[in-house]
Formats: sequence, structure tokens, C-alpha cells
Amino acid sequence: MSTSLLAVELAYWSETTLRVIGGLVAILLPAGGLVYVYLFKMMSFMQSRLGPMEAGPYGSMQLLAEVGKWLQKEDIVPAKADRQVFMLAPFVVLISTFLLILVLPFGPDAWFVDLDTGIYFAMAVSSVSVIGILMAGWGSSSKYSLLGGIRAAGQLIAYELPMVLAVLGVVIQAGTLNMNEIVFAQANGEIFGIDLIGNPYILTQFVGFALFMVAIQAELTQPPFDMPVAESELVAGYLTEYSGLRFLLFFIGEFATAGVFSGIAAVLFLGGWYVPGLAPEHDLYNVLGPLVLMGKIFLISGLIFWFRFTYPRFREDQLQRLAWKYLIPIALLNIVATGVLKVVF
Amino acid sequence: MSDFLRSYLTVAIFGGVAVVLVGLLLGIGSFIRPSRPSEAKMTAYESGVDPVGDMWSQSNIRYYVFALLFVLFDVEAVFIFPWAQRLEVYGYFGLVEMAIFIFILVLGLAYAWRKGMLKWV
Repeated sequence: MSTSLLAVELAYWSETTLRVIGGLVAILLPAGGLVYVYLFKMMSFMQSRLGPMEAGPYGSMQLLAEVGKWLQKEDIVPAKADRQVFMLAPFVVLISTFLLILVLPFGPDAWFVDLDTGIYFAMAVSSVSVIGILMAGWGSSSKYSLLGGIRAAGQLIAYELPMVLAVLGVVIQAGTLNMNEIVFAQANGEIFGIDLIGNPYILTQFVGFALFMVAIQAELTQPPFDMPVAESELVAGYLTEYSGLRFLLFFIGEFATAGVFSGIAAVLFLGGWYVPGLAPEHDLYNVLGPLVLMGKIFLISGLIFWFRFTYPRFREDQLQRLAWKYLIPIALLNIVATGVLKVVF
Repeated sequence: MSDFLRSYLTVAIFGGVAVVLVGLLLGIGSFIRPSRPSEAKMTAYESGVDPVGDMWSQSNIRYYVFALLFVLFDVEAVFIFPWAQRLEVYGYFGLVEMAIFIFILVLGLAYAWRKGMLKWV
């Protein structure tokens, strides 16, 4: 990732090592940031309390304390559980997250993998986590876990469709699946001949943006779509039997994925690493880009968590009705409308 | 090795890094955490009472129906992606073709809707 930033040619292996380090930072930094800023602090302030205050200034060291706590917890595998499946489930969930971060471009040359199938690849690997969650639910051999796992699978596949179909509108406009080229298409685009801020697709694809945001809220099982882990009905859903580090791994996976999905939304609809006023070919973007994208990630995930703290949980039937009877028909209409406008104009 | 294969090698490496990282974390944890298994600790959680019956119970058939519907629409999405990318080249021809394709699929959704398949009972 820092290859062209330093303007040196590196061998594949050293380049890949740098990319892996960059990838770890790009996964863990937003995940930790989101948990501290939104889950610990913003939620507390919205509920008229202070949140963590003891560990470090304003509780900023709370995360480290939490990890230390989880490390010391006993690792319990239920006697009747399907042992291998139970233990492998967190791996599958985290693999999905690690593959998902790959497609995010952080600058014109600062990317992990420049796949031509970019967004398509992202949609494909994002659904791998469904398998991990089903494994967790099935392997635990507990009624709560099984119900939670099946609920999660039903929800994730139902909202996968509006998400994929919402992305299609952007693909039609940009004419490419490559994430970096989508950014360039937005940076070099114009709206009705006005070329001031490029064409961030949130302006032309606002329907797609709304669909995408609802869909990723559900994909991340954030409230109001948190039926799979509904604590008043299912204790903790598919997480019921997990303790200690394995539980923490699911937790990391959830928030890391929240960060990556926000990043994908930022790239697709807000112009990714591009800021208006600086030509997208400028070399400065390899330094500035990651910061800009990080800012946009926090903006989008701020929206996600704002919804999370504001709305009460849906019922299972309301959830499926929203996906199949509203979001999917609207998404299909959006595709047809975008296609017509693209061809006619 | 071509760039194409190389980028997928990087993908595989990232997958491997995920496995190694999780394994490493669990490995380090095993030195720190206590291990005092007891029978009560290992039973499935069922709100404090002894678990009853078989854990892998039957569940609502609705989930299966929605999974089937999902396969239908996911395959559709796979076909729309290449079209969406090349729409500028296809022009009106592509537009009409895809309108017919989407119409047939909407017909399928409408049929499922009419049959009450989308209703949660």
C-alpha cells in the first residue's frame, strides 16, 4: 500500500508484507475507533450518562482494558456442542472481514488489491460471514443459538439482495466494477454540465444510497435489525454459548465489518478518497486519501450507529416484509430507471 | 505469474493472515486463561434450568422458503452485473433485453407474493 507513496519499486513479497500490515491497521483502527467513539461515548451521551471514564483520559484506554479482560476468561466449549464447527466459526467470520477490506482503495495508488471485479468480489466475500454465523448457531447445540443462527441467516440473505441491487445502480453509472475506477468516475464526473464537486453518486443515486444504508444496517445486525441477537428473546442468539476470546472475536468481526461496509458505502456514494478541489491524479492523495476515506467512514458509520441507538427492534415478520415487499421492488425499479437515464442521456 | 493471478495470491494471503491472527490470539490466550471445566459449566444455557430435549430442534419452514427465493434473485443479480458494466456499449438493445429479463423476475416475485409466500405466519 505504501509502495508508490515512497515511489520505490518493491518485490512482490515485501510489497505484500507492507499491504498486510496496512490491512491490519485498516481493519483494527476503524473497528477500535468505532467502538470507542460511537459505542462507548456517543451512545452514553445520547442516554444522558458518561460512559467509561476511569481507564485513561475520558476512558480512552477502556478498549485495552476490555481486551485484557477477555484474554483472561475461560474458554468454554459446551459438552454437547459440535466441537469443530463451534471452534471454527469465529475464523470464518474474520476471514470474511479480512477479504472484504481488500477491495477498499485508499488513494490512486494506495490499494490492497486492484481487482477488476472489485465491488462484485466484495459482495461475494461479504456473504461468507453468513456461513460462520450459521456454524456458530448450529455448532453450539443450544436452542437459543440455533434460533439465533437461523434468524441471522434468514436476515442476512434477505438483505443481501437490496444491497447487491443498490450497488448495481452505481455500476451502471460508473460503467465499471473496479472500486478505484468508481472513485475516478465520481471525481471526473459532472452533474448537468456543472463540474464543481465531481459527481458523488449520493446525488444521482440517492435511492440506491438509502437502500444500501438500510441493507448494511441489517447485514451488520445492528439495531433495529438485531433480531438474531435479541437479548430479550434469545439471550444472545448465536453468541449465547461463546465465552472469552471467541466471543471477543465475533465482536471484533462485527465492528471491523461495520468499518469496512462504511468504507464501501463511502467509495460507492461519497467519492471515496477524493475531495473536491484537488485533481484526482494528484500524488498528494496517496497520503491524504487514507485520511479522507477514514473521515468518510466515520461519517457513514456515525449514521449507522445513530440509527442503532434511536430505533426499537423490528419483529421478524416486519423484517422480511420490509426486505421483500419494499426494498427489492424499489431496488429493481432503481436499476431500470438508472439504465433508462444512462442510455437516453 | 500474471498480475491477475498475483492479485488473487494476495487475496489468499490475506485469508491466511486472518486464520493465523485468530489462531495466534487464541494461542496466546491459552497461556493466560484458567481452565477449570465442570459439568454444570459445560451444559447448554437454557435460562438457568436443565436443558430439555434435543438441541437441534425443527424450525420454521419460512426460512427455507426465503432461502429458495434468495437463490432465485441472487442468480438474477449475477446476470445483471456484466450487463450493468457494459450498458453504454449495448445501448437501447441492452436496455430492452434487461427490461424483459427483470420483468420476468418481477413476475416471479409477484407470483410468490400472490401465493402468500412473503407473508410470515
